[in-house]
This record gives sequence, C-alpha cells and structure tokens, in this order.
Amino acid sequence: MIKRRILSVLLENEPGALSRIMGLFSQRGYNVDSLCVATTADPSLSRLTITTQCDDKVIEQITKQINKLVDVFKVSDLTDGDHVERELMLVKVATPTEQVRAEIKRSVDIFRGQIVDVSPRNYTIQVTGPSDKLDALLRTLSESADVTEASRTGVCGLARGEKSLKI
Amino acid sequence: MEMMSGAEMVVRALKDVGVKYVFGYPGGAVLDIYDALFRQDEVKHILVRHEQGASHMADGYARSTGDTGTVLVTSGPGATNTLTGIATAYMDSIPMVILSGQVPSMHIGEDAFQETDMVGCSRPIVKHSFLVKKAEDIPVAIAKAYYIANSGRPGPVVIDLPKDIVNIQESHPYEFPENIDIRSYNPTAKGHNKQIKKAAEALKAAKRPVFYVGGGAIAADSSADIIALAEQFNAPVTNTLMGLGAFPGTHPQFVGMLGMHGTLEANKTMHNADCILALGARFDDRVTNNVAKFCPHANIIHVDVDPASISKTVNAHIPIVGSVEKVIEQLKPHVKDITPETQKEKLADWWQQIEQWRSRKCLSYKTSDEVIKPQQVIESLYKHTNGEAFVSSDVGQHQMFAALYYPFDKPRQWINSGGLGTMGFGLPAAMGVQFAHPDAISAVVTGDGSIQMNIQELSTCLQYNLPIKIISLNNRALGMVRQWQDMIYKGRHSHSYMESMPDFVKLAEAYGHVGIKVDHPSELDDAMARCMAMKDKLVFMDIAVDQNEHVYPMQIKFGAMDEMRLSKTERT
Ligand SMILES: Cc1ncc(C[n+]2csc(CCOP(=O)(O)OP(=O)(O)O)c2C)c(N)n1
Repeated sequence: MIKRRILSVLLENEPGALSRIMGLFSQRGYNVDSLCVATTADPSLSRLTITTQCDDKVIEQITKQINKLVDVFKVSDLTDGDHVERELMLVKVATPTEQVRAEIKRSVDIFRGQIVDVSPRNYTIQVTGPSDKLDALLRTLSESADVTEASRTGVCGLARGEKSLKI
Repeated sequence: MEMMSGAEMVVRALKDVGVKYVFGYPGGAVLDIYDALFRQDEVKHILVRHEQGASHMADGYARSTGDTGTVLVTSGPGATNTLTGIATAYMDSIPMVILSGQVPSMHIGEDAFQETDMVGCSRPIVKHSFLVKKAEDIPVAIAKAYYIANSGRPGPVVIDLPKDIVNIQESHPYEFPENIDIRSYNPTAKGHNKQIKKAAEALKAAKRPVFYVGGGAIAADSSADIIALAEQFNAPVTNTLMGLGAFPGTHPQFVGMLGMHGTLEANKTMHNADCILALGARFDDRVTNNVAKFCPHANIIHVDVDPASISKTVNAHIPIVGSVEKVIEQLKPHVKDITPETQKEKLADWWQQIEQWRSRKCLSYKTSDEVIKPQQVIESLYKHTNGEAFVSSDVGQHQMFAALYYPFDKPRQWINSGGLGTMGFGLPAAMGVQFAHPDAISAVVTGDGSIQMNIQELSTCLQYNLPIKIISLNNRALGMVRQWQDMIYKGRHSHSYMESMPDFVKLAEAYGHVGIKVDHPSELDDAMARCMAMKDKLVFMDIAVDQNEHVYPMQIKFGAMDEMRLSKTERT
C-alpha cells in the first residue's frame, strides 16, 4: 500500500554526504516530497528528515540503501511509531482592505500562527505544525485573500519518548 | 616524523597499503604524482593506452587475486574515461581504488582546463568517494579508501586529488594510520544466530534442496566450505554467471549455470526445489526471469553481506545478513547430525528427477565438416589448457559459450563483466590477470565486435611482454544482437553486421604479436595447440565460426525460470 513515510537519517556532516542521499533517491527512482536538513547538537553530524510516498517493499529498500552509504550512521522510519512532526511555513498575503486584514488575523489566530511582518499592502505570517495543518491554513487564507508566496521548511520529526537516533 | 610532498605521500601510502601495481595514464593534474612514481621502484606503474583499459586491468587484477586494484588518471578526460570501468566494477562488487587528478583547489568550480566534477560524475557508481582537501589528509584518505573498497560488499572507491595538494615543492609530515576507524561504517560479517538455526532446520527438512551460489561466495573465499556443505547434504549446486568456479564445474553435484542462458537442469532444479540456499547471489533479472513465477515451491534462505540485496527482487523467507564464509561456519554446528549417506537416501527421488533433466543433454550441438562451431572452440580451449587457464571474457554470444562449455573448477578463474555487460572488458581484464599471475595462462574469449573496443591495449601487452592468448570467435557480426534480431525481429539485422573487418592477423603482427587465422574445423585443434605452445608470446587467434549459431538454452521472456528454448525449433 502506498502511503506517506517519514524517514529520519543521522549522517556525517561532510561535503558530499547529502548529495549521496539525494543521488540515491533519483538513481533508484524514489520520490522526495520534502527534505529538511541541518547540523545536530554535535556539529560533526547532520540530521535529515525526508518524506516520501511508497509501499512497504520500497521503503524497506530505501532504508537499506541509505543505511549502506558509508557516511550514514542510522536511518529510522518514524511513520508507524509514535512521533512528533513539525513543519514551519512563512506565507505572504496581500492585504488591500481593512476587512481582509481582519479576516486574515482571525484565521491566523485560529491556527495559532503569528503575523511576523506587516507592510502597507501585505502581511507575512508564520505558522508551525504538521503538514496538513499548514495545508489547511493555506487553503483558508487563499479563500479570503491573495497568497503572494509561501515558503515551507519540509517536515522534521522525532520519535516520542525514550527512543532516539544517536551514535 | 618524515617530511614529504603530497605527491610522495600518495605513492608512499599506496606502498603502505600494499599496492604492487598501479594501472594509469599521465596528464597535467597528476604530473607531480608521476614524478614521485619515477623516483621509486616499489610501486610498479603500468602505462596503458586508454584509461578505460586501466580500469579493467585493475579490475581483472582484483578479480583474479581478491586484492584491490588501483588506477591512476589525470583530471577531466582521464577521469571520465574510467567511468565505464568503475561502473563495471561496481555492478560486480569488485574492490578497486581510482585516484584521479583534479584541478587546483582554488580553481574548482571555475570550469578550469580539464576540470570535471569526478566525485559527482562517479557518485552513482562508487561505494564511496573522497575529495581530499589537504596534503596531510592524503594517507588517511588512501587507507580508508582501501579499507572501504575491500570490506563488506566490496566496490570501487574514488579519491580525487587537487593538483595543489600534491605539489612537489611543499613538504608535510607523513603519518600512515595504524588503525582505520570509520565510525559510520561497520559492515556485518556474522549472521544472526536465530536465523542460522532457522536455516539449518529448513535445510534439514528439505526433500528437494538446491544451493544457488553467486559472486559473493567468491568474494568471501568460501569455495571449500561450500563444497563441504554441499557434499554433506548431497545437494545439487548451481552457480550464477558471476559465481562460476565457486563450486567446481566438473563436480558430480554441479547442475550447471542457471538463468537466462543456464542449463535446463539448473533451471528445472531451481524451479522445482522446495528449499533454495542462496549464497552470495542477488536474484537478478537475468536469473529469475518472471519474478511472479519464480520458484513457487521454494523456501528461500538468502545469505548476503549486503542487507539491501536481500528481498530486493524476490522475497526471502529466511534472510541472513553475513558473509558466506562466516555464515557457513556458524551453520556447521547446527547440522552436525547430517551425513551424506542419510542424505543420499533422502534425496534419491530428487536426484533421479535431476538425472532425467540432465539426460536431455541441453548443451549438445551439431558439429559440421565445413564450418567451426563456437562451442567447439571453447571445448578445444578447455582441452589445451587442461581446464586450468584464467579465462577472461568480453560480452556477447562468445561469453555465454565460454561460461557454458568451459567448466571452471576454481574460483577467480573466470573473469567476466556479469552485471554491466561491458564489451571491451576482456583484453584489459586478462592483462590485469597476467600481471597478477605471470606464470599462468591468461586467455581472453572475445568476439570481433568486443575486441575492437579496447584493441589499443595490444600495444601495452607488447611493452610489458604479456603472453595473453586471445581467442576471438569471429562471426562477422554482433552475434548476440543478431540472435535477438533473429528471434524477436524476424531476422531484420539492423546494424549488427560489421563491414570492413580488419585483418586481425596483420593487426596482431602490426602490434608486434603473433596472429593465427583458423577457418576450418580440421585446423582448430592443431592451431590451438600451437597457440598454447608459444608460452612467451601473445597470440591472437582469429577463428572464423558459424555466423548462424545461437546460444541455447535460453529462457522465454515473461516465463518461469524453467521455461526455455532448447534450440531454434524446440522448447520446454
Ligand atoms: C559497450 C557495450 N555496447 C553495447 C553492448 C550491447 N551488446 C551486447 S552483446 C553485443 C554484441 C557483441 O558482439 P561480439 O563482441 O562480436 O560478440 P558475439 O556476440 O558475436 O559473440 C552488443 C552490441 C554492450 N554489451 N556493451
């Protein structure tokens, strides 16, 4: 069954390491829906969260192939276990009238977002949460205003509880 | 601490990891390294005529010894010319290190003269790669590269060396690492005990077992263990194209190679087995045929060092991650109670069935008084080398004939590009073999198409006095392509015929070697004997063979493993 998966990868923070993982996805024909990467508390390591859509057999192959890369420590599939996932989005919307401004403010409050920049003709909004919440806010906003642009970080995630990816 | 230039460090580190031969070709970015090579004589450099040749030589050297092959080339075109060789080694899991020159660090990214992103170009076809940034890092990078290349599932590793860090004008302290620790890389060799027990139970319960042995068994040097286990269980054994020689070709329990051009008995045995023990094989599409119809009755035990190879195409019932050698060792205590005698009784029906498949003699062929059959040439080669030659092969019909008609009794005796199917591999690979085994017979079985893909290396053979025996099955065509066109495209031979064949005898002579032309079946044995008698000469045998011969048996597309054509008119 094809479903959305979230993979978390711990790897050496070295030039080339990220391109090896990305190369593997294109080389073996796997899709990447989102990608989020940054160094960890230990600056010699990076942590990568990838979301993709595939079935059980393919996710097993992806996991094994990533694990095989020399600079990868660990790969874990967060999808089925208890986990927290968050994404951050910045959206810029046009605010031509007072009425639109009020409407937007209401939606942003409902979604627990924040208006982080204001100019005479637009607002920039910040919101975090699971991807579907961000999708929903985007839909709501576009019903009452012109969405000029949006930038999303891609999902990052951690398993809940004691479980952790470390070396 | 010893002080030396980056270039000297490269050569010194190669010596310290135990490299005997470097196959290479100079150019601007590596001139400093070549200068360092010139000023020592422990690491021998072999000057090739084309960098692709260097990569296949290093590969042939590695396949025939188990040691890592080494290539040294300049940046840009020198580096890209090795890509086919790297991909060839990658597909067959061959340990190889490729040192490529790179433009000076400060010019990387500027499209400088002879700049290519070698790390990027080679990324999908290497096990790992290094772009070295500082001269001090050279020894560690080299030590790590050799360790990675030849551990776990072996494979090629690229080391890209910018010109400024190998500058002979600068000195740096040299320190070779005593231990290599790569914290993110720990290949597993030992199997999981619970899985081993399950495998032992499955094998003991099997009434129709078969051992399916691949290249991983050769990489793990596990032939002796496999023979012992197979004899204990009295099990039939089949080798893949990559596994030929891992289990002896003349052993009574050997049922032949399996797969697309496997024997009828091998494919039948697989298809009807109730338990398959796969040892270092990867269920590739040239073996399985239609996966949906693959071996419907079998309990599959899959042993492989690479977890990603397990259940990639065919689901394994008992997956075991580990090297073939270690896993068999772990298996032994669990099967102590099995004896060949009881197994003989238990498998009597199975063997009777197998003998019946064997009696079809699927490899028989008709000889003719007028024209030489390609199969005959391989049989003659076998006879005149006592079955002991190293046989390297190119790609095409001749490759399949060699695989089927030369029973290999020893691992590493059969050298061929199984995974990538690289035409042009044969001659340079046989040269690598000859460097590693100067006193052995190193033969190449090739075709008129393939041999022309790296023929320039005949010149290298002269320079280093390599007495290679080239057995060229000249059918005046790209035979394997032609065979498919006969079978699938109603005989429309689109561009599979070569006009203007060179006179190969004269060509061999022009390069300073001996050429022998053979046209008639009556001359074949004599000519082969003459060829083998010229121990210190390269002999190019240009043998005219039947253009219309097809390789059989051959699996029928989309069918089960054992659905095969047995000749132009017969099928299973
Ligand atoms: C580099 C490369 N190009 C193309 C092919 C496709 N191919 C496979 S077999 C073959 C024909 C080989 O002809 P020849 O070497 O004369 O051998 P024969 O089949 O006639 O024995 C070709 C073109 C290949 N395997 N490798």
